[in-house]
Amino acid sequence: MGNKGAKGRSLIRSDATQKIMAFGSLIVLIIVFSLSSPNFFKFSNIVSIVLSTAVNGVLAVGVTFVIITGGIDLSIGTTMTFASVIAGVLISFWKLPVILGVLGGLATGVLVGLISGTVISKMKLPPFIATLGMMMITKGLSLVISGTKPIYFNDAKVYSKIAMGSVLGKIIPGFDIPNAVVIFLLMSVVASLILTKTSLGRYNFALGSNEEATRLSGINVDKWKIAIYSLSGLFCGIAGILMSSRLNSAQPALGQGYELEAIAAVVIGGTSLSGGEGTILGTVIGAFIMSVLTNGLRILSVKQEWQTVVIGIVVIFAVYADSLRRRKK
Amino acid sequence: MPVDDNRFEVNKLSDVLVLMEGIEKTFPGVHALRNCKFELRSGEVHALVGENGAGKSTLMKILAGVYSKDAGRIIYKGKEVEIANTKAAQDLGISIIFQEFNLIPHLTVAQNIFIGREPRKGIRFILNEKEINEKTQQLLNMMNVDIDPRSKVSELTVAMQQMVEIAKALSLNSEVLIMDEPTAALTESEIEELFRIIGDLKKKGVGIIYISHRLEELGVISDRITVMRDGEYIDTVATKDVTTDQIIKMMVGREIYVTSEANSESSKNEVVLEVKNLNRGKAIRDVSFKLRKGEILGFAGLMGAGRTEVARAIFGADPIDSGEVYINGNKVNIKQPIDAVKHGIGYLSEDRKQFGLMLDLDVEVNTVIASLKNYSKFGWINKNKTRRDANKWIETLKIKTPNLEQKVKNLSGGNQQKVVLGKWLTRDCNILIFDEPTRGIDVGAKSEIYKLMNKLAAEGKSIIMISSELPEILRMSHRVIVMCEGRITGELSYEEATQERIMEYATRRLK
Ligand SMILES: Nc1ncnc2c1ncn2[C@@H]1O[C@H](COP(=O)(O)OP(=O)(O)OP(=O)(O)O)[C@@H](O)[C@H]1O
Ligand SMILES: [Mg+2]
Repeated sequence: MGNKGAKGRSLIRSDATQKIMAFGSLIVLIIVFSLSSPNFFKFSNIVSIVLSTAVNGVLAVGVTFVIITGGIDLSIGTTMTFASVIAGVLISFWKLPVILGVLGGLATGVLVGLISGTVISKMKLPPFIATLGMMMITKGLSLVISGTKPIYFNDAKVYSKIAMGSVLGKIIPGFDIPNAVVIFLLMSVVASLILTKTSLGRYNFALGSNEEATRLSGINVDKWKIAIYSLSGLFCGIAGILMSSRLNSAQPALGQGYELEAIAAVVIGGTSLSGGEGTILGTVIGAFIMSVLTNGLRILSVKQEWQTVVIGIVVIFAVYADSLRRRKK
Repeated sequence: MPVDDNRFEVNKLSDVLVLMEGIEKTFPGVHALRNCKFELRSGEVHALVGENGAGKSTLMKILAGVYSKDAGRIIYKGKEVEIANTKAAQDLGISIIFQEFNLIPHLTVAQNIFIGREPRKGIRFILNEKEINEKTQQLLNMMNVDIDPRSKVSELTVAMQQMVEIAKALSLNSEVLIMDEPTAALTESEIEELFRIIGDLKKKGVGIIYISHRLEELGVISDRITVMRDGEYIDTVATKDVTTDQIIKMMVGREIYVTSEANSESSKNEVVLEVKNLNRGKAIRDVSFKLRKGEILGFAGLMGAGRTEVARAIFGADPIDSGEVYINGNKVNIKQPIDAVKHGIGYLSEDRKQFGLMLDLDVEVNTVIASLKNYSKFGWINKNKTRRDANKWIETLKIKTPNLEQKVKNLSGGNQQKVVLGKWLTRDCNILIFDEPTRGIDVGAKSEIYKLMNKLAAEGKSIIMISSELPEILRMSHRVIVMCEGRITGELSYEEATQERIMEYATRRLK
């Protein structure tokens, strides 16, 4: 007990190490790619990296909440698509105003999360199974509703501006950063605040750390679980809008596979799959590592097949490094 | 029982706070409570005693809203109440310190204490971290414990966690406080602190229900004692009217044999384990000692003295900075528990829930898991053999379980401890490290375990016994090593060891 101070400090140190490690690897990657190709560190390329991070990043940030509870959400990729298809139907088929379409898309995401959360907490299904089912359901529904064909937003020109326009460029001339990027960063900040400053965040960690003890502390565990899955669903909705806005169409066949990339980003960012630990900043860095790698390898003209192999190795290595750090503690 | 005269006497007419009547509870295969009753007045400390599995925790969990009762009624301050969940109990003013810890490992001390009722600031959703840290600091200061509110619970020792549990219960300002074996994990000085706190609460009129297997505490702290046996209510008596022997007799329904003399004949035997200059940060400083064949070596000391750390280091559970370990004269390099096990060392950890048991698996699996090799051929497990041995330990240790298939998490606390014990005993180790082996175990079973330890020693096994119960150390150890702040501060033979001398060494701090 005498070394209380030392304990406190070592705690801070190990948390910091984690962030520095992840951030350090990101910087190293950027330096390596910049040195190997003059095309890498150009403003346009940087913007394209950040832009490609946005969708995966938003999904990853959302699912971070779920993973910290010790759960998993496999339906986030297809829920994203489902949300964009609903927005497409509302805007292009029913000719509703864009804003209603967007809200409809977001509400769809929340609804799917709400259902997953309810199935998991009330019917006591393992998250893996419940969300696997949800993945299939949303994938199927997207195809049914859209008639398996893409829905284009040609009649609503503003729709593509949601992601690709630049409000920031209007405010600060020359600073033409696409809205998608701004939305992604903004949502990350909001998520980080929710996770660290609010009761939802606190119970999120508590649940993942020891669910039984949380319940015995008089906390309505089911309610908070449902809220957390719904929040993750909301992020799927946001990702769906960004994605379809960027493509100017809702693509019903897309989506599956996105969940695994998002989960990879979360894990690279140091969030523990067994729950109770994790940060949004880590996830954001993880998402960037994934897209910097993809982008850099492409610029170095590494074949697509091989890019996947490299990323796979990175995921394994990152998680291994993180587990080493944990064990030392 | 001789009672402490200086304490605050309960007013005989003080209000009845809680009355439980006709309480019934059945779990699959177990009739845990039969027509139980219990009464608590304000300002009294009411002890609840009984053998392991008697139903003490179950009865209290019903009062605290963890389990629902099958029948019976609870009258709280004159009104019949239904307590549906822990929140409802808290709202009524009833809080409980669980026997099995219920803290959240990844959260900090302060976050644990205030979970579910965090103070907010600004808009309703924002937590006020500063306030809970300050309040927690005040609370811990009042309790005279030196724990940082910001440290994570997973990094605390069992004793510190126990103090956090107590702080959490205190912070609720309840009128009824249930303490389920609060002292099982504490050492003398913390127990004194706890008793002081209990004294203060009594003066405020709080009713305290106190469950303990340390019967010698009852004279010091309790006003009345209720005895339970096999899920039934036996009697409620005033502490000053009974002797410890009478209580034991009510508990077990028979006389039990409690004397067993340790012998120090092992002092000339060969050395089986030698530790030289072991160091690990501040926790272990230059620790050297020898363990002989057939010896029971007691390790005494206060909380945080470094005894568990030494055990874990020898067992390979934690890395060491420097030091050497010799087994039968040969230097060995133990890097992980598996190396230790190969060298015939067994370690019964103090925190059974975290390190000792697979709570979701059944009694049989838990007893044989550490020695599965002896029960299998080509990976195929011989079920008859595992059953036979598991049954043997259930009998020897008197583990109370409906059958072998019962999940360990459904056993009473003391019976879980016995399962861990059985697990290491099946392994047939030559060197056994027992860290608080009788924590939470009732008197009868305790004497069984003592007999067993003496038998093991007589068979030539060597035992290191870490214990915070001085009577246990004095009674069982052939030799006693005392630690303080990571160092060995004294060594006493069986003849030399007395309570006073041990305490003197245990508090011999470096300036
Ligand atoms: N959740 C449960 N499921 C099944 N059986 C249970 C459960 N909880 C307790 N029991 C059984 O009920 C009986 C009483 O257990 P309880 O925990 O109340 O004993 P106790 O008096 O507190 O014992 P100890 O001194 O060992 O803590 C035991 O036989 C136990 O195995
Ligand atoms: Mg109990």
